[in-house]
Amino acid sequence: MEIKINIGAISEPLQSEKLKTGDWGTEWAVVDKEKCTACRVCEQFCPDGCIEVKKFGDEEYAVVDYNYCKGCGVCASVCRFEAIKMELKELFKIEVC
Amino acid sequence: MKKVVRGFYSVAYAVKLCRPNVVCAYPITPQTEIVENLAEMYANGELENCRYITAESEFAAASILVGASAAGARTFTATCSQGLILMSEVLFNAAGMRLPIVVANPNRALSAPLSIWNDLQDSMVLRDAGIIQVYVESNQEAHDMIPQAYKIAEDKRVMLPFMVCLDGFKLTHAHEPVDLLEQSLVDEFLPPYRPEVYLTTKKPVAFGCYAPPNIYMEFRVAMQRAMERAQGVIEKVFREWAEFSRRDWGGHLEIVYPESRNFVIAMGSLVGLLRKVVGELRKEGLSIGLVKLRTFRPFPFEDLRRVLGNAEKIIVIDRSVSLGYEGNLSIELKSALYGLSPEIISMILCLGGRDISKENLEKILRNAVLGKEGSGFKGYIEFEEVVP
Amino acid sequence: MRFFGRGHGACPGCGLTIAVRNVLEALEGKCFVANPTGCLEIISSQYGKNAWGVPYIHSLFDNVAAVASGISEALKAMGREDEGKVVVFAGDGATADIGLTLHGMFDRNHDVIYICLDNEAYQNTGHQQSALTPLGEATTTTPVGKIMLGKMGRKKDMIAIALAHGSPYVATSSAVLPADIRRKVKKAAGIVGAKYIQIHCPCVTGWGIDGKEVVKVGNLAIETALYPIVEFENGKLLTVRKLKDRKPVEEYLKLQRRFRHLFTNPEGKKIIAEIQRIADANALKYNIDLKK
Repeated sequence: MEIKINIGAISEPLQSEKLKTGDWGTEWAVVDKEKCTACRVCEQFCPDGCIEVKKFGDEEYAVVDYNYCKGCGVCASVCRFEAIKMELKELFKIEVC
Repeated sequence: MKKVVRGFYSVAYAVKLCRPNVVCAYPITPQTEIVENLAEMYANGELENCRYITAESEFAAASILVGASAAGARTFTATCSQGLILMSEVLFNAAGMRLPIVVANPNRALSAPLSIWNDLQDSMVLRDAGIIQVYVESNQEAHDMIPQAYKIAEDKRVMLPFMVCLDGFKLTHAHEPVDLLEQSLVDEFLPPYRPEVYLTTKKPVAFGCYAPPNIYMEFRVAMQRAMERAQGVIEKVFREWAEFSRRDWGGHLEIVYPESRNFVIAMGSLVGLLRKVVGELRKEGLSIGLVKLRTFRPFPFEDLRRVLGNAEKIIVIDRSVSLGYEGNLSIELKSALYGLSPEIISMILCLGGRDISKENLEKILRNAVLGKEGSGFKGYIEFEEVVP
Repeated sequence: MRFFGRGHGACPGCGLTIAVRNVLEALEGKCFVANPTGCLEIISSQYGKNAWGVPYIHSLFDNVAAVASGISEALKAMGREDEGKVVVFAGDGATADIGLTLHGMFDRNHDVIYICLDNEAYQNTGHQQSALTPLGEATTTTPVGKIMLGKMGRKKDMIAIALAHGSPYVATSSAVLPADIRRKVKKAAGIVGAKYIQIHCPCVTGWGIDGKEVVKVGNLAIETALYPIVEFENGKLLTVRKLKDRKPVEEYLKLQRRFRHLFTNPEGKKIIAEIQRIADANALKYNIDLKK
């Protein structure tokens, strides 16, 4: 048997997570943890669920999962503390001669 | 308990005994009385753990059952004719999702012209849907078929919708003595529906996923294999039923006078009349037997090749037509007997409730066996087409 | 536990997925999702790449309300209602055009939270007009030509239709108001019957906006009163999102490619004026303007 298929094309949950969409865009969201107040507004807005506030000892700030960030910029646009910047990925930083 | 009942009651009562969880339908003649009877049972609290829903269309009725069946419910609907083809988008979908919904279809002609009367055109539209289709001859057979339908459809090897076809009016509205089943017998025969996978928050899965070209075909192959496995499951369940109920309706086919040189083959209630006609013709010395085709999908081509492969002549009685070609059963049979040599005479009759007398049927069959009657429509009035 | 997985195929900045994530989180994942064919279905339910962490069903384009009704009734019949709420996520086309079974769900008042994700056109198939496409929008089936300047008809009033059916809870919201979505979904979850929540969802591809502008554009739809944010319980208007300084519709329209022709075509002014009249009528109808 080369493959197994589920009866009626029924799928198991959350299989999309194996698809890494982090390479889609030209930009990534970058969090300035000094400015971040961990208000979680970006969490609620991210269409891809890939920015989350996490605790690091006494510190708490938003962390972007670059496996999935498509670089849409929604989080940066809703951050009242200007703690998120969209930055061009290294790959696209091309010098024009 | 033997009672004289009408066909719709024999179906409704059998459905009740199968303990459905969701019954949902839209009225259409001559189906309406089936769901009216179920509604009455529901109103009287006779349907336990069941919701009866009055849908706003057959399309909605079938859709409601898709949701209910995916959630793990045993489901039932009844419809026919326009209602069946309005349901067709959903029924193709239900088959693909492998939902064992049971449908009773009192066969009725299709519009236009509008006709509420009987022929088999409506269920032929669903031929390619992945739905099991069984045709019954009598109200007792219809009554007995319902628990068998659930058992076959819900079998893990099958998991496909099941349509019980019974002739509209001719069966649904006919009074016949029916030995109504006991609840205990049905409970013993038909276990509760416990699907292996269904919609539940305890184990969340996704139904109805789409399949790109790299995987779609595999699911259609799987459906075809399920249909092929259904052949064996149907035979087994039919045999089991014969032992359980002490009523043996045969397998995919019932063969009367198997040693004959010529055969007539038909489906549904017309078989009752053909039994008499064939008996009469045999008294005249003609070698003619009768094949009652019970399972239309999956099509029992191997059984047919075995039974009919060496016949001289086969007269196929169709009550539906693939316009632009010929009678539907005839097309199927010719394909099944490919490479074998019987002569096949294809007769299309009784469309839109047109009756045929025993004498007339006798005459055309006699002539067909004697080589004096060919294929084509029978029993219509010659006409000239005019523009009004 | 995630209720809607990462790695789904939505465009960067998709409004639908913002709304979906917030609805699912408001219900804490205790729900059954029914979803007709459309953007959301395509980006989330490919076989083997399912994004859903809750039980999910897609049947057809035109029957989602009935499918959801069937799940709801089956759960009742089998005594499993406590497992979760039945939620529909349907697009505007699947709701207002081809969704034949919506009126039956309302009529029989099945216990369903019906959420219309309104991105104002058939975006999945490349931006064709639906009944919820607003006046003047250029779509591929209402293109800008010599005698036609985009859609020449009105946006269907689904709120009025839901109310006319006697729906116990009817509300609008927007993907750019996550807190509002969560509050309304929680409220709807506590009410028995067929609830209707229409969520305005900016569409980067169809509307011709950048991901960074999604929130701004979504907010402008509210701030111009083109998308009133309202809430009805048992037919009574409960809340309205009020505005201090209502903005002219041009501010909303000019940011989007779908309305660009209204500013370049000489006849565009008339249509903008008509769109402004629609916004004014909305403001009057719901008493949106706060007195200065």
